[in-house]
Amino acid sequence: MKTFLVKSARALTVACGVIMAGTAAQAAGEGPHVERQQWSFSGPFGQFDKAQLQRGFQVYREVCASCHGLNYVAFRNLADDGGPGFSEDEVKALAADYVIEDGPDDAGDMFEREGKPFDRFPSPFANEQAARASNNGAYPPDLSLIAKARAVKRGFPWFVTDIFTQYQENGPDYLYGLLTGYHEAPEGFEVPVGQYYNTGFISGQTLAMAPPLSDEIVEYTDGTPMTVDQYARDVSAFLMWTAEPKLEERKQLGLGVMMFLILFASLLYFTKRKIWKDVDH
Amino acid sequence: MAGHTKYVPQSAPAKWLEARLPVISLIRGSFVDFPTPKNLNYWWTFGGIAFFVLVVQIVTGIVLVMHYTPHVDMAFRSVEHIMRDVNFGWLIRYLHSNGASMFFIAVYIHIFRGMYYGSYKAPREISWILGVIIFLLMMATAFMGYVLPWGQMSLWGATVITNLFSAIPVVGEAVVTWLWGGFSVGNPTLNRFFSLHYLLPFVLVGIVLLHIWAFHTTGNNNPTGVDPKSEKDTIPFHPYYTMKDLLAIVVFMIFFSWFVFYLPNYLGHADNYIEGNPLVTPAHIVPEWYFLPFYAILRAVPDKLGGVLLMFGAIAVLFILPWLDTSKVRSGTFRPLFKIFFWLFAFYCVILGWLGAMPAEGIYVTLSQIFTTLYFVHFLVILPMLGFIEKPSRLPESINDAVLADNGKTSAA
Repeated sequence: MKTFLVKSARALTVACGVIMAGTAAQAAGEGPHVERQQWSFSGPFGQFDKAQLQRGFQVYREVCASCHGLNYVAFRNLADDGGPGFSEDEVKALAADYVIEDGPDDAGDMFEREGKPFDRFPSPFANEQAARASNNGAYPPDLSLIAKARAVKRGFPWFVTDIFTQYQENGPDYLYGLLTGYHEAPEGFEVPVGQYYNTGFISGQTLAMAPPLSDEIVEYTDGTPMTVDQYARDVSAFLMWTAEPKLEERKQLGLGVMMFLILFASLLYFTKRKIWKDVDH
Repeated sequence: MAGHTKYVPQSAPAKWLEARLPVISLIRGSFVDFPTPKNLNYWWTFGGIAFFVLVVQIVTGIVLVMHYTPHVDMAFRSVEHIMRDVNFGWLIRYLHSNGASMFFIAVYIHIFRGMYYGSYKAPREISWILGVIIFLLMMATAFMGYVLPWGQMSLWGATVITNLFSAIPVVGEAVVTWLWGGFSVGNPTLNRFFSLHYLLPFVLVGIVLLHIWAFHTTGNNNPTGVDPKSEKDTIPFHPYYTMKDLLAIVVFMIFFSWFVFYLPNYLGHADNYIEGNPLVTPAHIVPEWYFLPFYAILRAVPDKLGGVLLMFGAIAVLFILPWLDTSKVRSGTFRPLFKIFFWLFAFYCVILGWLGAMPAEGIYVTLSQIFTTLYFVHFLVILPMLGFIEKPSRLPESINDAVLADNGKTSAA
């Protein structure tokens, strides 16, 4: 009986211990249920789909960039390994499309010049006040890190299984859900002026962002369907890259590290057994 | 320590050095020839694992500091600079941020191992107390480190925790202002946290050495709790335990790497990827997972001062644990009732951890109160009482006997 008690208490504790790990991050999250999507970059061998990142960048540039900055990303990053894979020349040409304020010059005046690859994406607004003034009082957040910056609710038991399945894509899942979450408000639901009903928003049922996407709003040249659904997927993948630009390098190195450690641990295991062979222990 | 080796220097340089500073015999006596009980199981490797993680934290931390800027306007950007522009900066930072969690995992297992096998009991009380000091210091260090990236949780976590000191009667507000170096958590706060976060790990190393010195003076405890009686009971630390610890460390590195390479943000809070903004309060302010049980105890009491006292009491009670446990038997293996209560206690801690992550309302508050009570009852009522009512099972004559019995041999073999 006692052994049974001890065993069940122990099993209970171990089970709960697993459950507790990570509760700070996961359990206290809130907001809508977020559907899991398929991403090329999920799992231990995940890689970004370069064509998708390029399309996502196009959506960002033609739609999101009118209100949202991308402050931590430089033009040169678009040619980095593990990114959208633009060529150096493409990046140069692209940067030159932007006007960057620089200075002061020798006379002490600020001046404007063409963008260079080392410049970061300029913010669409001069400052937060200007952003709020043109957006009905709301402040469109910088998107560089958005795919890692939303505490999406996982709940039990998913935040436990996430450890084993390596699920780290709740950010892009959330962004996709938000961008495709605009619907007619249900009967009797009062949508405040300047707000839009959305079933995917993390901190309420309405938000100040008007539905940014509509079918055929961005002209894809590679034959990919020009639908809200496809745009949402592409831009979410692109924003995962801006938030985690070293994701491919990380997973590739991780694979090597894991294989080495497992091999090394096995060798150590047999060495240890050999050393301890003559000791009763 | 040095007394455990028969080392006699042979070469001229060794003789020269030994006559002036006997470090060779000190190291040999402590980590080579040191007689160690031969029956230590893998739970005993977590001390070495914890020390390994501490070294990882110090090394990665020193490198991070080379690129980090401790200023409220630049800290967040400098961390992103590390993640994006510094060669392998992402790796160093993810090792460091996940390393904090790994350190707590190793230390929590180490503490619970000590509790189960009665390692805190005479004559190892000083080792235990030094361990509790290490635990306190590492909590302070981890808390201050979490503030440095200056995300939303950094700023607001720091605000909540430093505000606890305002519960001190009369001088509370003045103390908080003094801690902040201003009238809110701001640049002076960030700078002093940075300074202390760099200092404390080195203090930790010093106390860890004292911790080791203490139990090398008394000798290691072991799973039977029976002191070594003859040379049959012990083996030299090297190569037996150097090898066993190394194996355990490498296996732990696999677990560590799983998080660093595949789930680097799993153990952190997403809000810390939003730059700290004193004008916007996050919906839920949650500490890192390793503080959750204490956070639940803090919030179990409606009164602020009471909550703070109880939270510090939850750690203070560990200091007197060696004198609260009245049982003459050291190891939990031979204590049938203690075993049950030990696992129940571990269960309370886990439930408190879960409650710490829940909002402080409704049923969660009631549950927090119940489990906080159970936590203290374990230390203050159960442990003192068990020594009187429990009938321990029969202890083995010696470590060697226990080992042989386990292996199905007899001591005559």
